[in-house]
Amino acid sequence: MSNLLDLLVAGLATGAIYALVAVGFTLLWQTSQTINFAQGEFVMLPAFLMLAVMHVGAPFWLAIILGILLSLLLLGLGFKLLLVDPMLRHGVLPLAIATMALAIGMKEAVKQFFSAEASPFPSIVPAGDVSILGRVVSLQSLGVLALAIAVVIGLTALLNRTSIGHQMQATAQNPTVARIIGVPVERMILMTFLINAFLVALASLLITPIYLAKFSSGEVLGQAAFIAAIVGGFNQVRGAIAGGLLIGVVDNLAAAYVSTQYRAAVPLILLIVIILFRPQGLLGRPEERTV
Amino acid sequence: MRSGIFAGLLLATVSAAAAFAQGGPIKLANVAELSGGGATVGTNWKNGIDLAIEEINAKGGVLGRKLEVTHADSQSNPGVARAQVQKALDNEPYVLLGPGYSGSVKVTSPLAAEAGIAQIMGGEAAELTQGGNKFLFRTSFGQQSSMPKVAKYINDELKAKSVAIVWVNNDFGKGGRDVITKEFAKYSIKVAADISTEAGQADFAADVSKIKAAAPDAVFVYVNEEESARMLKELKRQAITVPLMGETTLVGQKVVELAGDAANGARGHVGLTTDAPVDLVKAFREKFVKKYNYVPDHNGLKGYLAIYMIKATTEKMGKVDAKAFADNLHGLTIKAASEPGILMDVTFDEKGDIDRQGFLVEIVDGKQVVKQVLPKLN
Repeated sequence: MSNLLDLLVAGLATGAIYALVAVGFTLLWQTSQTINFAQGEFVMLPAFLMLAVMHVGAPFWLAIILGILLSLLLLGLGFKLLLVDPMLRHGVLPLAIATMALAIGMKEAVKQFFSAEASPFPSIVPAGDVSILGRVVSLQSLGVLALAIAVVIGLTALLNRTSIGHQMQATAQNPTVARIIGVPVERMILMTFLINAFLVALASLLITPIYLAKFSSGEVLGQAAFIAAIVGGFNQVRGAIAGGLLIGVVDNLAAAYVSTQYRAAVPLILLIVIILFRPQGLLGRPEERTV
Repeated sequence: MRSGIFAGLLLATVSAAAAFAQGGPIKLANVAELSGGGATVGTNWKNGIDLAIEEINAKGGVLGRKLEVTHADSQSNPGVARAQVQKALDNEPYVLLGPGYSGSVKVTSPLAAEAGIAQIMGGEAAELTQGGNKFLFRTSFGQQSSMPKVAKYINDELKAKSVAIVWVNNDFGKGGRDVITKEFAKYSIKVAADISTEAGQADFAADVSKIKAAAPDAVFVYVNEEESARMLKELKRQAITVPLMGETTLVGQKVVELAGDAANGARGHVGLTTDAPVDLVKAFREKFVKKYNYVPDHNGLKGYLAIYMIKATTEKMGKVDAKAFADNLHGLTIKAASEPGILMDVTFDEKGDIDRQGFLVEIVDGKQVVKQVLPKLN
């Protein structure tokens, strides 16, 4: 039983990061009907941007700030203006293919400019343990979980409790009507891209100390987050959050109680089962097509 | 008359071409893990090779001929490695170098043997040299040599009665796991947990939870370098305090760099280490750091040694003969006194396995500290 608690905490901490990345999938889908297949690489890059800043002698806190700003610039503004806007007019499929190409390009560029080898990355959460209800829990797991939950709560509040959030949701539900009622649709869409860039930068900051900074690290994360988004519901932020947490916990429990050799298959089986019985995902809403 | 002149010209051209071939560079082909999960392995191996070739060429080469190497990336994938080795062999190299992963060596060694080209590689799986391949040579100990030493240390020094084994699910990991399990049985050491992990695995929380639940006296970790670092961090995160023991990959320089404080206290048997109390190894380390600006792991030493194995064998033969190379390397003892590039006295047996000194090290304050020197057997 005590082992189960450890596994749950560790699973929730990892799952919270999957959730941050999965939310990005959902936000972009809602505003642009776009699946960003480079989302995993979007998590990989900020860590290297921060390392690059540190290599020129900047302290870690400054590297974090500059890394997040660069992420907003490159992965938010740059991604929208240089790739999504020009490609979207050709349809969703060419855009999805372009994001696959972007993923390869980002991986290769990081490999060339930095190294194919992994690099260590400092943690913003101090090492050590705390005792909770008689159990020793690592500060890192708790810190990652707490930060991720805080961000998710903040994002939910932004979407549901603020004027900007309501305008973003209106844009997501029907851009044409939103435009008629005076919502600055373009600005809201840009806002979505910037939020996604912020989320991936944060996920990068939280997970790289554990996974290490490596050009290929986005593959695992991107796949897990994509599965999380589908399992939870691709068109609902709360679905992505639930999906992320679920995948994190299921992965850990499967490794401990089923088989470490087949742990990678368990989330995929979960995905298939969900798609079969609830195609819109656990918390997603069905999308109807009119003809 | 005209045909006589033509024949003369032809003969002169052929002779010139033959002379050029005799005096041209000695071509070597390296296939290594330059990207993917084994990038640390392949990059160190390649840099060691390049350093040795630069040194040898600066001194006039081997038998007056320069060494020339081509590097190909296996992407840490046995399928890609096989294709790259086939491509390299088509160019008829003098010797094939690499790969470093046992799984990649396993699928490429039949190609080199079929071509009659010696393959000097970094793989450590016990089975590689057990199948009678006369063209395959190690640069480090095989598991059949190293694991008995590890098991003996765990029994004699750590006094462990139960051990959790964590291994990577590939040829390298399975080979090590099988040999150490047999060795543990000889000492009646119980395997408290037998945990397989995947190459490239990022999250070890569940694996460490299993170890915690098994409560062993020690943990034997036998995974690749990057995963070793992640595992050490997770072991520290979950406050596992029993001795951590490994073999080479657990205590490499890159692991220490990646794992930071979490590497402190880890112990392992290493066939090669840049911290070895050997003057020639120290000199190698200085040269490597000067050229590449980082301290290499054992793979850097392996790549460097591989080139000096070629030099010493070729100079002993007195000719560059790819077909005779393997025959001459079998049974050869290379003394560091006469060939300093080999770093330590070394002997190759009839299977291509290696015999030389080994070391038991512990990570103390982020550095490898050699605790014991294990002598050459023969």
